[in-house]
Amino acid sequence: MALLDIKGLSLKIGAFSVLERVNLAIEPGEIHALVGESGSGKSMTALSVMKLLPGNARAEGQIHFNGTDILGASEADMCKLRGDDIGMVFQEPMTALNPVKTIGEQVAEGIRLHTGASRAVTEERTRAILDRVGLPSAKFPLGRYPHELSGGQRQRVVIAIACALKPKLLIADEPTTALDVVLQAQILDLLQSLVYEEKMGLLLISHDLAVVADIADSITVLRHGEVMDHGETTQILTEQAHPYTRKLAQASMHVPERSSSHRWDGDGTLLSVRNVERIYRGHRTGLFSRRETNKAVDNVSFDLQSGQSMALVGRSGCGKSTLARMIIALDRPTGGEIALWSQRIDDLSEDALRPVRRNMQVVFQDPYGSFNPRHKAERLVAEPLYLLDTPLSVAEKRSRVDTALERVGISPRDRDKYPHEFSGGQRQRLAIARAIITEPKLIVADEPVSALDVSIRAQILDLFADLNGRLGIAYLFITHDLAVARAITDTVMVMSDGKIVERGPTGEVLRNPRSDAGRALVEASPDLHKALARRIGEQG
Amino acid sequence: MSVPAEWQQNLAKAFSNRSFLIGLIITGLIALTAVLSFVWTPYAVGTLDIAGKLKPPSEAHWLGTDHYGRDILSMIMVGSRNSIAVALVSVVIGIAVGVPLGLWAAARGGLIDEILMRFNDLVFAFPALLSAVMITAVFGPGAVNAIIAIGIFNIPVFARVARGAALVLWPREYILAARASGKGALRITVEHILPNMANLLIVQATIQFSLGILAEAGLSYVGLGSQPPMPSWGRMLFEAQTMISLAPHMALFPGLAIVVTVLGLNLLGDGLRDVLDPRLRRDR
Repeated sequence: MALLDIKGLSLKIGAFSVLERVNLAIEPGEIHALVGESGSGKSMTALSVMKLLPGNARAEGQIHFNGTDILGASEADMCKLRGDDIGMVFQEPMTALNPVKTIGEQVAEGIRLHTGASRAVTEERTRAILDRVGLPSAKFPLGRYPHELSGGQRQRVVIAIACALKPKLLIADEPTTALDVVLQAQILDLLQSLVYEEKMGLLLISHDLAVVADIADSITVLRHGEVMDHGETTQILTEQAHPYTRKLAQASMHVPERSSSHRWDGDGTLLSVRNVERIYRGHRTGLFSRRETNKAVDNVSFDLQSGQSMALVGRSGCGKSTLARMIIALDRPTGGEIALWSQRIDDLSEDALRPVRRNMQVVFQDPYGSFNPRHKAERLVAEPLYLLDTPLSVAEKRSRVDTALERVGISPRDRDKYPHEFSGGQRQRLAIARAIITEPKLIVADEPVSALDVSIRAQILDLFADLNGRLGIAYLFITHDLAVARAITDTVMVMSDGKIVERGPTGEVLRNPRSDAGRALVEASPDLHKALARRIGEQG
Repeated sequence: MSVPAEWQQNLAKAFSNRSFLIGLIITGLIALTAVLSFVWTPYAVGTLDIAGKLKPPSEAHWLGTDHYGRDILSMIMVGSRNSIAVALVSVVIGIAVGVPLGLWAAARGGLIDEILMRFNDLVFAFPALLSAVMITAVFGPGAVNAIIAIGIFNIPVFARVARGAALVLWPREYILAARASGKGALRITVEHILPNMANLLIVQATIQFSLGILAEAGLSYVGLGSQPPMPSWGRMLFEAQTMISLAPHMALFPGLAIVVTVLGLNLLGDGLRDVLDPRLRRDR
């Protein structure tokens, strides 16, 4: 009998139907991927298994876990199951850990609660599991606090907590979405080996087929709460029998058309960055000790031609965003020069920067945090018009806003909506509309699609490519995801520890990376074709 | 019409929040009483009736009379004007001075932040009542000086709340986008920072309001608040002190007035905090 057997699960929250007759079964030792866009009911399925649904949710159907009827179980029984037999790994390792408790305490908590083991035994088991997830206590003492660890290390702690009691079923809800590709590969690897060692079942939730293609044994595709497609991974991905599966797979490998990308060449150098460095002064560790300094950006030089699109790739924390902020003059370099059209901009006053700012705008990663929640779309998009020397009349302003909205594919009628009334993808379109309203020559985009679902990511990449072609805007694209770089950039720079370690035409660098950092990124990058080829090869 | 969903949610939440509702009703009633006292009180507060002094509550005098035969209900009603006015104006002073200081400190950072906040600590270090006593002792007693004294105590409170909230908002991406649009610190503060921290300021204002009522009562109890013949709750308590065995109602009712007002405001503040402060928001 299956370890987890969901039969005909329907879920309603209030009057809204979240899940419709979902079937799903996981055997011990199986990795089962649940794939779908945001809002498709993936997380709700997971929460149903844990019986952690919101109070106004009503579930029908059957969930059997290891012989227990979950929907009929009492809260007390569920408390015993949760953490002991079913472990859960969350998306955001920042918030899944308690910041005021040490990692040792947090791992030990579950062990003590469920087994009643003595302090010494608990500590021993805590050390063992942290060692297993790659945090050996010699280097990472139990007394460390979450803020002393990096994002990937934190996610390892979360996994340690979930696996400390060797659960029979592990649920991982987008466990790598908040991490860069290299960490993503490491974490997926860790999950896979844990599952095989302990014969656990793993329910792996993701929005990206490419991420799960490598490790999942079987896949269930969910859309609007209904199962679209399910079956063995290789079969699902090779046949792509269901149109929706095909759509997801295509979105994951999407490369936008960039027919006219070179039309704008020849205008000369737009942006030139010379020997730029940014040093952050740390805190004194003692009264007489010297301040520790941290070189976030170290001697970076490059040129960006008009209309060209360049990717800056690197792992999180390599200094990409710091460099971006200096380029758009939100931060000042501690050394070196930045020039736009051979005019130095890194030493200008805020007033002198106004004409420069008209020509360079920015798009951020988080489509939720990029807007003041209290302003309407029109006011949000019009914000950079403040940079114009002569203020526009209300009518002129509106027509500029409408043009920008139309260019990004949003109806001008939506100008009176508040940001929360738009979906994530629409909000990113709004952010782009705001960036292009002054008709800039350069847009710096800091991870503009990494918070989006693959299907929406493809649309936004198309939009970027289209605007590049139509308006001749040059892009500096900052990303950790090579698929994005491959999709819409001409050249790429690989950054590591604040330095540019490799540069060249995008296709060439990604095919044949010469630097270690470049190689690590290319190898870790999720790729549906490669994963599939490897799987078929394995099966002979 | 579309309004920020936050408001709709907040409104719905507010009216299902028990402490907010009770607080709102109590505060509303007290405010009404204060307004009513301008046009009508059962008796004029200036009329003395020595023959009818120290009468316990009766049909003629609902809350009894004091040692000059004045009607206690009328005095409480008129006294509430004084309490509310002092507390309100001192909250306004606190917001008007403290919030800009806090916003300035957050926007500039560095040395200015350090200087402003250390100065804040200095003001904060004095107990409110003590500094109020000092100020009224130097400049003389009276309602205006009480307002200034309590207002000064409010300044660092609001400065801290404003600075803390602004520091959280400054690194947000929409602020960065506004900076990339060439907007200066002042403009960003007015357009983006201030509206997004209004919640916290409203909650803090209700709490400071209730503290202001207490402080005013304290000051007039020691004779440094508003001066006779203007009735005030604190001085009513002081005068009742010597009569406590003869006429306990003289102390009871002004005391109750203070307790109920402070309770109402605190409930209102707690309720508002539950509704408006997202960190305490529970969705389950």
